[in-house]
Amino acid sequence: MTATSPGLDQAGPEQGWFARQHIGLHTALIVLMVIWAIPTFGLFVNSFRPATEAFGTGWWSALFPPYNFTFENYAHVLGQSNIGTNFLNSLFISIPATVIPIFVAAFAAYAFSWMEFPGRNILFVVVVGLLVVPLQATLIPVLSLFASWGIAGTFLAVWLAHTAYGLPFAIYLLRNFMGSLPREVFESAAIDGASSVTSFFRLALPMSVPAIAALAIFQFLFVWNDLLVALIYISIVNPDNLPLTVSIAGLVTSQGAGTEFLGAAAFISMALPLIVFFGLQRFFVRGIVGGSVKG
Amino acid sequence: MATVTFDHVYKRFPGDVVAVNDLNLQVADGEFLVLVGPSGCGKTTALRCVAGLETISDGELSIGDQVVNDVAPKDRDIAMVFQSYALYPHMSVYDNMAFGLKLRKMSKTDIDARVREAAGILGLDRYLDRKPKALSGGQRQRVALGRAIVREPKVFLMDEPLSNLDAKLRVQTRAEIARIHRRLGTTIVYVTHDQVEAMTMGDRIAVMKDGLLQQIGTPEELYTHPANLFVAGFIGSPAMNFVTVTTAGGELMMGETKLSLGGEPARVAAAQTPGKNLTIGFRPEHLVLANGSDGQAMRFPAVVDVVEYLGNEELIHARAEGNDIVALLPSDRKVKAGDNVELAVPLDRLFVFDPETEKALVS
Ligand SMILES: Nc1ncnc2c1ncn2[C@@H]1O[C@H](COP(=O)(O)OP(=O)(O)OP(=O)(O)O)[C@@H](O)[C@H]1O
Ligand SMILES: [Mg+2]
Repeated sequence: MTATSPGLDQAGPEQGWFARQHIGLHTALIVLMVIWAIPTFGLFVNSFRPATEAFGTGWWSALFPPYNFTFENYAHVLGQSNIGTNFLNSLFISIPATVIPIFVAAFAAYAFSWMEFPGRNILFVVVVGLLVVPLQATLIPVLSLFASWGIAGTFLAVWLAHTAYGLPFAIYLLRNFMGSLPREVFESAAIDGASSVTSFFRLALPMSVPAIAALAIFQFLFVWNDLLVALIYISIVNPDNLPLTVSIAGLVTSQGAGTEFLGAAAFISMALPLIVFFGLQRFFVRGIVGGSVKG
Repeated sequence: MATVTFDHVYKRFPGDVVAVNDLNLQVADGEFLVLVGPSGCGKTTALRCVAGLETISDGELSIGDQVVNDVAPKDRDIAMVFQSYALYPHMSVYDNMAFGLKLRKMSKTDIDARVREAAGILGLDRYLDRKPKALSGGQRQRVALGRAIVREPKVFLMDEPLSNLDAKLRVQTRAEIARIHRRLGTTIVYVTHDQVEAMTMGDRIAVMKDGLLQQIGTPEELYTHPANLFVAGFIGSPAMNFVTVTTAGGELMMGETKLSLGGEPARVAAAQTPGKNLTIGFRPEHLVLANGSDGQAMRFPAVVDVVEYLGNEELIHARAEGNDIVALLPSDRKVKAGDNVELAVPLDRLFVFDPETEKALVS
C-alpha cells in the first residue's frame, strides 16, 4: 500500500496535464467528425425532400419553414418489387464472403508467423505482392474461368472472387498481428502438449480477436458496398442473384432520371453495415494479451 | 523423476554464435541444479535445449535413459517456467493450469483435484477465476509455477522465475520453490544470473560463461574452491578482491610491499619463474585488521577511502599499492576515511591464480 502512495501524490499535476491533452484531442476529434458528417447529414435531409426542391435548393434550406418533407423517395425505393430479394442476396453474398477469407487468412497468418517451413518468407512476400494487382485486371480472365466451370452468375463465384481479392490484405494484417503475439505462449503450449491445430484454435485465434473484428468490418463493408464484382460475375448471367448495390444503381436511368431516389436507397443500404459495426465494436479490446508476459 | 544428461552438447546460432559450447553435465535424479552466469552466457539456450524448443547442433541430450535429441517438447515429460510468465492471457487462472492436463485427456475430476492442490500450495485459491491481466506480478509468477506443478513432470525447467519480483516477494517465492522441491522431489534445472539465488537454492551450481561451463559443484565447493578467476569473482557478495603480484623467489611483491607467505601459497610462489605475475584473491569477509599476532596471515598496509555503514558490519573501500580493496569488517572497529590501516588475510583463505590461464593454482 505504501509503495503506491508516491504515485497518488503525483496524480494531481499529472491529471491536469492529462486533461489538457484530452481537451485538445477531443476538440480536434469533434471538428473532424462534424466536417465528415455534414455531407452525410445533407444527403439524409435531401432523401426526405421532393425531387424538385432537392435539385433547386441546398439541403440546409429544408431546415427552415416552410417545411416540406416527404417519404416518397423511401416509398419508391422500398416499393421496387425486387428490393427484398436484393437485400437478402446482399446478405447471402456478404456473410460468406467475409467469413471465408478471414478464416483462410487466419490459418495462413498463423503458419506464416509460427510454423517453420521452407520458402516461408518468399511465399509471404508473394502473397503481399498480390496486393498491387488491380482487381479490374482480373475481371475478364476470372469470368471466363468461372464460365468454363459453369459457376458464373452463382453466389459461389462471388464468394470465391471476394475471398481471393480480400486474402492478401487479410493475411498481411493478421500475420503482423499474430507475429507480435508473445512467442513463449506458443512454446509453453507446445510443452503443455498442444499441436499446431490446437495452438491455432485455442490460443492464436482467441488472442487475435481484435484484429479479426477489424478485418471483418473492412471486408464486410467492402463486399456489401461492392458493385463491380457483383455486376461482372452475376448480373450478366443471373439477374435473380443481384445484390442491393446493383439494384440501387439500376434506379437511375441512363438519361439520369431517378437520382432523387439515391439518397434514400443509400440510407436503406447503410442500415446493416451500421449494425455490423456496432455489433463488432465490443471486440475491439485493447491489450488483449495483457498479463501474459512481463513487459 | 529422472536424470538430465548433457553429453558434449553444442548449440550454434546463425552468425557464428555458439550459445552452448561443449556442455557436459549430469543432473542427478531429484537434484536441484542451478545454472548461473552473466547475461548472454547461454543459460536460457541450454534450458531450451532440454525443453526441446531448440534443436541441439551437436552432442547428445538424455532425460532418464532416453536420448531426446529428436523428441518433441510435449513428449519429453518436462514442464517449463518461462523467463516471461507466458500465461495464456484469455484463460482464467484455473484454465491456465488445467490446459496441459486437458490436452493430455485427463478426467475432469483428476484435473480439478490437481489444480486445486497446486492452487493451495501456491496460495492461489482465491484467484482461480481471474484472468492473468487482473493479477499482480507475484501472483502471475505463481500461476506460471502452478501450471508446471500440476503436470507432475519428470523434470522442472525454470528460467529466472523470480527476476520480476520485488525483493521481499523474491525471498518468499524462493522459499516456496525450495519447499515444492522438497515436497515433490522432482529434478529441477533452475536458471538465474543472481549468485545469491544460486547459492541459497541449489544442491549444486553450474557456472557458465560465454557458453562454456566453468565449474560445477555444491555452493560450498564453489565458494571455498573456485576453479578459476571467473568463478572466484562471480560467487560471493561482495565480490572477491583480486591483486596482481610479482614473484621474487619464494616471495610475492605487491608493488613495493613484500608479502609474507607460508604454506601452500608460498610453495606455489616458489615454483614459478622469478618475475612472473600472479593474481592473488581474497574475499572481503576474510580480511581483518592486523594486530601483530596473526602469524599465519598475509599482511599489507592500506589507506581507507570510503566507509559504508551496514549496521552490524562496515564495508571498507581502501587502497593498497594502487589496488582497490574491499573489506567487510565488524562495525565496532571505528575505521574512518583517511586512516592508515594494516589488513591481514589468513593464509588458508588466500587464492592464487595464473593470470594467463586464469586457472586457480591455490584454492
Ligand atoms: N535465436 C537466436 N539467434 C541467434 N542468437 C541467439 C538466439 N538466441 C540466443 N542467442 C544468443 O545466444 C547467446 C546466449 O543467449 P541466452 O538467451 O541463452 O543467454 P542467457 O544466459 O539466458 O542470458 P540472460 O541472463 O540475459 O537471459 C547470446 O549471445 C544470444 O545473443
Ligand atoms: Mg535468459
